[in-house]
Amino acid sequence: MKLKQLEGLLGGLEQFSQPKVELEQYPTGAHIASRMIYTAESSYEDISGKIVADFGCGCGTLGIASALLGAEHVLGIDVDSESLEIAGENVTDLELDIDFLQCDIRASNLQGLLVDTIVMNPPFGTRKKGVDMDFLSLALKVASRAVYSLHKTSTREHIRRAALRDYNAKGAEVLCELRYDVPQMYKFHKKKEVDIAVDLWRFVP
Amino acid sequence: MRLLTHNMLSCNIKGVTNGFPLKLEADKWVTKEVDLNADFLRGIFPKIEWSALLAAARALGFAELPEQADASMLSSDDFLRRFHHALLELHVEEGALVCPETGRKFPINKGIPNMLLHEDEV
Repeated sequence: MKLKQLEGLLGGLEQFSQPKVELEQYPTGAHIASRMIYTAESSYEDISGKIVADFGCGCGTLGIASALLGAEHVLGIDVDSESLEIAGENVTDLELDIDFLQCDIRASNLQGLLVDTIVMNPPFGTRKKGVDMDFLSLALKVASRAVYSLHKTSTREHIRRAALRDYNAKGAEVLCELRYDVPQMYKFHKKKEVDIAVDLWRFVP
Repeated sequence: MRLLTHNMLSCNIKGVTNGFPLKLEADKWVTKEVDLNADFLRGIFPKIEWSALLAAARALGFAELPEQADASMLSSDDFLRRFHHALLELHVEEGALVCPETGRKFPINKGIPNMLLHEDEV
């Protein structure tokens, strides 16, 4: 599947109807999501034929992209019922097969070495301080091949240090810097749309 | 929920030391055929907890997996087909996952297990 086709399919997905600010629910746009997963597969072969988990899957965008690029099995994990319901509808619409799990990732206990690759757009920690690091630390414990994640560019050095020094990652590389379009979703958003600089990271556990 | 996912799940209640595997109680399940990928199956076999897969498959009425399995069986197409079917083609839609230590039931609705913990379980 070509990048443009993937981006097109992801652009048609249903997103959060009533986003919950406390969970930092922001859709991962088709532009970023398609590039993230397409790169993971074309440059690193981390998707096709692999077991992929999407941590904080929301409406399922990254997991769906992974399934479309040939992941053998995809598991999307999120705490929120409403998002999971939308994710399920998205999966049905595309006639895909993705498993979902409802739980708090920080209180979860994923067994064994089964997950190859984790893809995620974790909360940035603007509401619950440190939650982005919780997601990263857990992802590095669970994945056996690679972790792809988005974090604000302003946190780059902090993330790199934490990954390599505290979470024992063997590798931590910024693949590229992207502009994340955040539409005016919440009452506290003053601007109609704002661009945040984010890094697409590839970590090796 | 496929049994491959079931093989990854364990009870996360505070204090539980023996939360794996979760016992599968299935009220409704379906079969969805999907292409067999022999390389994938051979690669994943050593990472699968066989007895957990065996028990879960039996809970869904699939008794065709051998009691014990070893890597030599992976050269048999027949074994691969059964392994593939149990791992990837059986989908639990409604039921529950039960903690082997506490008996706590985590419901499965529309194929999605809910393992959110109550405040006193965290």
